Amino acid sequence: MADETLDASGLNCPLPILKTKKALSKMDAGKILDVISTDAGSVKDIEAFCNQTGNKLISTTEDGGKYIFTIEKV
Amino acid sequence: MAAKENNKMTIIATKGTFDWAFPPFIIASTGVAMDKEVTIFFTFYGLNLLLKDTSKLRVSPIGNPSMPMKMPFGPKWLQKIDFGPKLPNLFWQIPGTEWLATYLMKKTMAKHGVAKMEELREMCQEFDVKFIACEMTVELFGFDKADFIDGVEFAGAAMYFDEAASGDHHLYM
Repeated sequence: MADETLDASGLNCPLPILKTKKALSKMDAGKILDVISTDAGSVKDIEAFCNQTGNKLISTTEDGGKYIFTIEKV
Repeated sequence: MAAKENNKMTIIATKGTFDWAFPPFIIASTGVAMDKEVTIFFTFYGLNLLLKDTSKLRVSPIGNPSMPMKMPFGPKWLQKIDFGPKLPNLFWQIPGTEWLATYLMKKTMAKHGVAKMEELREMCQEFDVKFIACEMTVELFGFDKADFIDGVEFAGAAMYFDEAASGDHHLYM
């Protein structure tokens, strides 16, 4: 279960990444953040973001144009 | 995460039209979100992007033949038409058309959930992107420093090199 949820629906690049960064910066290490996005580009972007920042992308799920990313903060 | 080596990025922002205001702020804010340390050096027309009042920024369709121009509202058939190649440059010389093109671009962006330029700029500042305004061009064009947003440093090309020295990611926009 996620500790926090960020709804970035309707927002376009780069806002989902910026909001994810902000949300994670307020969380403690080891906590889980769910990010909801409707931007198809965020699939690759969240992956790249996690690659670069070291945060762990636990899962990506898609449900009718809505993407849910589960990220563990390092 | 601990600071990585070579994680510095610099951008030289030279353009001052409404459309070109976006790339520097998008790349800079994304860069800091991805743990880069970012400096933007604003020079020549790029200085306009640092003004408190950005309402005068315009997108110009004149001499901009690749700019798609579609209506952000209206019936579907109308929204599909790309007016860009259909309207002669002469049309865009009619007073008010530049304002119209800017207005329509803003509407299109809002419809697509694109952040406002000011919002991206604020995020850059919140994430500690360093803004440097080129002192020489500030003087050259007669800008008033009081018209710039807070948090801008005024310096010259040498400071840009100092900022750029520790990184290997430098963009000219």
